[in-house]
Amino acid sequence: MRKLALSDEILLSVQQPVRYIGGEVNMCIKNPSQVDIRFAMCFPDVYEIGMSHLGMQILYDMFNRRDDVYCERVFSPWTDLDKVMRQNQIPLFALESQDPVKDFDFLGITIQYEMCYTNILQVLDLSQIPLHGADRKDGDPIVIGGGPCAYNPEPLADFFDLFYIGEGETQYDTLFDLYKEIRKSGKSRRDFLEEAAKLPGIYVPMFYHVTYKEDGTIDSFLPNQDGIPKTISKELVQNLDDATYIADPIVPFIKVTQDRVVLEIQRGCIRGCRFCQAGNIYRPLREHSLEYLKNYARQMLNSTGHEEISLSSLSSSDYSCLKELVTFLIDEFHGKGVNISLPSLRIDAFSLDVMSKVQDVKKSSLTFAPEAGTQRLRDVINKGLTEEVILRGAAEAFHGGWNRVKLYFMLGLPTETVEDREGIALLAEKVAETFYDEIPKEKRHGRVQVLASSSFFVPKPFTPFQWAAMCTGEEFLQRAYTVKDKFKEMKNKKSLKYTYHDADVTVLEGVLARGDRRVAAVIEKAYEKGALYDSWTEYFHNHIWMEAFEECGVDIAFYTTRERSIDEVFPWDFIDAGVTKEFLKREWENAMKGQVTPNCRQQCSGCGARSYKGGVCFENPN
Amino acid sequence: MKIRIKFAKEGAMKFIGHLDMMRFFQKVMRRAQVDIRYSEGFSPHQIMSFAAPLGVGVTSRAEYVDIEVLSTDSSEKMLQRLNRVLTEGVEVLSYKRLPDHAAAAMSVVAAADYTIRFREGYEPEDWPDFVRGLDEFLRQDSILVLKKTKKGERSIDIRPWIYKLEKDISEDGINQLKIRVAAGSAANLKPELVIQAYMESRGQKLEEFALLIHRDEVYANRAETGKPDFCPLEQMGENIE
Repeated sequence: MRKLALSDEILLSVQQPVRYIGGEVNMCIKNPSQVDIRFAMCFPDVYEIGMSHLGMQILYDMFNRRDDVYCERVFSPWTDLDKVMRQNQIPLFALESQDPVKDFDFLGITIQYEMCYTNILQVLDLSQIPLHGADRKDGDPIVIGGGPCAYNPEPLADFFDLFYIGEGETQYDTLFDLYKEIRKSGKSRRDFLEEAAKLPGIYVPMFYHVTYKEDGTIDSFLPNQDGIPKTISKELVQNLDDATYIADPIVPFIKVTQDRVVLEIQRGCIRGCRFCQAGNIYRPLREHSLEYLKNYARQMLNSTGHEEISLSSLSSSDYSCLKELVTFLIDEFHGKGVNISLPSLRIDAFSLDVMSKVQDVKKSSLTFAPEAGTQRLRDVINKGLTEEVILRGAAEAFHGGWNRVKLYFMLGLPTETVEDREGIALLAEKVAETFYDEIPKEKRHGRVQVLASSSFFVPKPFTPFQWAAMCTGEEFLQRAYTVKDKFKEMKNKKSLKYTYHDADVTVLEGVLARGDRRVAAVIEKAYEKGALYDSWTEYFHNHIWMEAFEECGVDIAFYTTRERSIDEVFPWDFIDAGVTKEFLKREWENAMKGQVTPNCRQQCSGCGARSYKGGVCFENPN
Repeated sequence: MKIRIKFAKEGAMKFIGHLDMMRFFQKVMRRAQVDIRYSEGFSPHQIMSFAAPLGVGVTSRAEYVDIEVLSTDSSEKMLQRLNRVLTEGVEVLSYKRLPDHAAAAMSVVAAADYTIRFREGYEPEDWPDFVRGLDEFLRQDSILVLKKTKKGERSIDIRPWIYKLEKDISEDGINQLKIRVAAGSAANLKPELVIQAYMESRGQKLEEFALLIHRDEVYANRAETGKPDFCPLEQMGENIE
């Protein structure tokens, strides 16, 4: 029988002990003493969230295909176990072998959202690994960061030994080989980091020095020794079908957020929404072939026994074989008790037809993401969706039997005016009116429900809006109140509902997203004061963070509301994410002019991603 | 065709709750490509029912699940197919065909056997005395315990639900108790409640986590009245050749 790191007494006194025991179907089992490299792969949030993340599973599968590597999983212990582990000084362990993480060669942490930063410190702390890279010794694991937040790694630079910028499939083999070689020749941790820093896509923060101007912006960001590259280019898989996918995904015992087979159909996006980081950093769009996906769908359903399969991508309607794929999934699996869960699709005759086949129309809702309330502002953010398209889609859906519509918006977008805010309520009202105009009384099943919700806009690195000033928390709330008031004036207000996100956490996200190395001290201070699980509303305590900023002398406004000049050096400028700064500038200017940029399939806008020599950039010979 | 599956749930699997175990077996059926029957309707579900839920922390070699299948291999082949797609701690022990009119396991459960050990460090110091007192404890006409309900506490007599309680020594020489208690929808007695009542009658306190409980068998009662005639659930079915 496998040993467990925690005693029965502990496991029986915490919520969901299953989070900590491993042993799931398809978990990889190896003899740790027979591998050269032990890799602890961490998602710094609770098991149910972490196990739903696709990227981690792809890398877990890929690493474990190597005989000389044993990759295991680590998640943040929930707050109850966190206390017990601290009291009893139990070191954080990996689920597979249940061995302490501190005995591993690598601790790889995927950084998916800013609000998990204190959980990263929790993982290091509970693992009994020094929080600062500078304090780690030869026996400590090499701490690697990756994922979308690694595109601005600077607020976390102190805590990581290296960052992997871009898609994991391409450089890890080289990195592992390098590690084995360095170990074999008896060289040190620093020797390894020095050599790793020369590999494509690898950023080792200790080899760079930052100087600041008097106004607090960056003056220079340069390597502090010879042979270290000045810029780091993101890594990317040129042909997705060449990469392996997860043949046998782990099947959690407990219900996790993604409790189903997830098929990644493509990476990247052609749309070019100007607020969207994913749409920029994952460029160019690359598709999987239909055959590849069919094979994996079969294999994954067989090996997991999941009763549901869903598709993953940024904009699934743009996948060129979508019709064939969805038809295949329905024909092949729907009769066998497997649900097909559809991603949000552009509403048209095809999508409504397949939706009515696979979901219960009465229970499901349709989702639109107009993001902004007026056409003017939708042009500014380059969101192609028009009012006409939304209303036509809604009308078709109402005829198909749906009577619930969700609308997603953002508040605090650049150039936004009162008119744009009120436009949110007006658009929701028009959707409701469409229902009453289109559907005769005798055919209505109750009243239509239009649920509008808004999040607050956070400017992100490597987007055309990276120059944009952010609102204060108060301003955000004022804007939400304007929308709320307008909703009250609507004739169909009983059919409408409006909700908005938390403003404080958004401001913080803004600081961390565009922060620099000086923000690290605040994260550490907030963690020391008890901040943890900040992405969980019930555990987010704004006052802790405010005190931390105060005590560290770091000014929130510098990172959020400040107007940035077009030639400012950003903390993330040393990364080449494919999209050039020239392109982003052009797009920022187009946004200010309210000028729309066509999507990649309509016309190439010269964003720079073509240099990766693959994907949508080479679909058409012209 | 009705099938009764008996399985073991041991090791780390004891931390998996009943609902998660049900989900686990639904996936097992699909992985092993069992030709299980689905219900009609918009979201069909597998025809599957469990006999008696097992508490978190308890191990067992007598868990039962009934399913309905449209076709099947022999019992031997099905055991292989199922065990190939399981994980450490779960093992399918038998796969038997039930008569078509057989009632669901859940509705016939009447009693269960358990082996109880004290976890290291929690054993009563006076073990010989401890086990000597068992007979006298059982000779009582009634054993009243306080049961917590939603409305407060209620005194109930558990004596009629204890069919057996005796000392035992495991193959590897460890002191333990064997107990048979009522189980199922009519009356259900948790074995730890018996131990607690016994210890309290001796002026001892049952500590939290003190017991390691293992379920050995689950029974139906074949006698319609009078003295019970217990029959292990698996014996109600036949092997498929």
